[in-house]
Amino acid sequence: MWLYAVRRLLLAAPIALGVTVICFGLIYLAPGDPLQSLLPPEATQSDIAYLKKVYGFDKPIPVQYLKWVARASMGDFGKSIQNNRPVLAEVGQALSHTLIISVGAVLIAFPLALGLGTLAAFHLGRAPDRIATLTSVVGVSVPNYWLGIVLIIVFAVELGILPSSGMGPDGSAHFDLTQWSQLRYAILPVLTTALVPLGIIMRSTRAAVAEVLSHDFMLTLRAKGLGPLTIVCHAIRNALPQILAVMGLQFGYLVGGSILIETIFNWPGTGFLLSKAILTRDIPMLQGALLVLAMSFVLINLTVDLLQTALDPRVKRG
Amino acid sequence: MAQATFTYTDLAELEAPAIVAPRQGYWWSVQRRLRGDYITLFFLAIILLLVGVAIFAPLIAPFDPNKTSMIYRMKPIGFRQFWLGTDELGRDMLSRLIYGARLSLMMGLVPVVLATAIGGFFGVVAGFFGGWANTIIMRLTDIFYAFPSVLLAVAISGTMGGGIANGLLALTLVFIPPLCRVTEAATTQLRSRDFVEAARASGASGLSIIFFHMLRNILGPVLIYASSLISVSILLASGLSFLGLGVEPPTADWGLMLSTLRQSIYVQPLVCALPGAAIFIASLSFNLVSDGLRQAMDIKA
Repeated sequence: MWLYAVRRLLLAAPIALGVTVICFGLIYLAPGDPLQSLLPPEATQSDIAYLKKVYGFDKPIPVQYLKWVARASMGDFGKSIQNNRPVLAEVGQALSHTLIISVGAVLIAFPLALGLGTLAAFHLGRAPDRIATLTSVVGVSVPNYWLGIVLIIVFAVELGILPSSGMGPDGSAHFDLTQWSQLRYAILPVLTTALVPLGIIMRSTRAAVAEVLSHDFMLTLRAKGLGPLTIVCHAIRNALPQILAVMGLQFGYLVGGSILIETIFNWPGTGFLLSKAILTRDIPMLQGALLVLAMSFVLINLTVDLLQTALDPRVKRG
Repeated sequence: MAQATFTYTDLAELEAPAIVAPRQGYWWSVQRRLRGDYITLFFLAIILLLVGVAIFAPLIAPFDPNKTSMIYRMKPIGFRQFWLGTDELGRDMLSRLIYGARLSLMMGLVPVVLATAIGGFFGVVAGFFGGWANTIIMRLTDIFYAFPSVLLAVAISGTMGGGIANGLLALTLVFIPPLCRVTEAATTQLRSRDFVEAARASGASGLSIIFFHMLRNILGPVLIYASSLISVSILLASGLSFLGLGVEPPTADWGLMLSTLRQSIYVQPLVCALPGAAIFIASLSFNLVSDGLRQAMDIKA
């Protein structure tokens, strides 16, 4: 187990390195100079040269990259071109807002998906299975940015019982989950976010549990006269490592892929930050946000992988 | 085995579809199974309908999709000759939805086709030659797997400045790694099979083994997987347009229409929800048909 953990960590290192190259290199796909949007048309050559020097754009690209990685590994992602605040602080704050939504969605979607998926697996081909399958197909196919708008139309426009967007009456500064007046702002984004993982995990749970049920040892358990609850527990326990892997990935996607939902609900998370950085061509911010999101995705995958190995004694890796 | 499911937030959890050797009368049995699968047939009909509507848009659309009118702005569904109402500039919604099918379907299909060709090529190379070629190609795809697909698509098209071409490029880049992985897995599985060994022993060259013996065996699982990505691609492409990174106004595109009509949900909520419903129907149809084909072709996912 420990040997495997060390090996898995070593494997993750080159991936992390590649991720830094992509996050850094993406900027150079862009046409034009990174400082162009920032400069007024009447800027003189010496102004441009000065700004380039300040932001380090005057060095050759490989040197820029090495400096960037060296500073990023110390937690210094530079300052935002737009508002001159440290990138890491901005991204950190935004990440905490994104986590409110994604953790909320996890709390709703994961147990529900596990329960419904198991129910479906125990009733293959019958009504619960059909309903679960239908729900998961809809969950996988629905554009969640549209679902968000539909929920806003229903609950904010027509019924008027929930706020349509934003993060509370006083903005994000004093967001307090224990206060209903602020918590209600998170309800629609959380529900919208929860649907996709709900569909996917339900589908995987159904498949995994159904697979376990087809084994002989399940028949033995039944023949022994165990109660239905015990049998369900056995089935879930055996299917869990597989389901866990899917859950981990989904959590990663929720954290990293929040851009559309945050745009709809004006939720000031990482996705929101990212789209703002793209629109204003704020390069340090863009690089920093991308890197933090991709790295957290790598980290989540790594954690899930190790957890899965620890949970499943059949997996002997090393 | 977990059944692989794919959304645009989720590409990495795929498993390589297992290879089933085509038997005699394989396509006949596929066809027979499909004929009894009414759900798949129904949604296949919807796809054909959408494609037909997209192709013949100028003949079908009752109005010019770009003709604005100050008088008829934001009219409800069923207002006079505007069957589905009008948008914020007084343009006929039905005509815009019909024309929008063109771009939305194209953005769904083109990246998948391109990525299948490119990713498939690298996958076959990696799987067939193994060794260093495999290590380099597969480790590179690993790096792209470190990004959630939405994030990667937005980052690429965003830094390149939006637009249809950049959107297509971004989506193609997003789909190459998963298709490469699936093809690689299928090829590696096949490489050690006896008939490949036999071909090699009888002196067939690497290229002719790939073309005459492996390709037709790999094609089934890879195409099925690719077909499941079409719905993902439609959702992602509309998402890019929704963020202002794909199609530019005033072109009719479902994602873009959804984004501009968002401002008017307090005026005409039903009309504003229409473009999203169109995206949903298209993506649902492609998903269900892909599932149906997978079952009919007996490819375990």
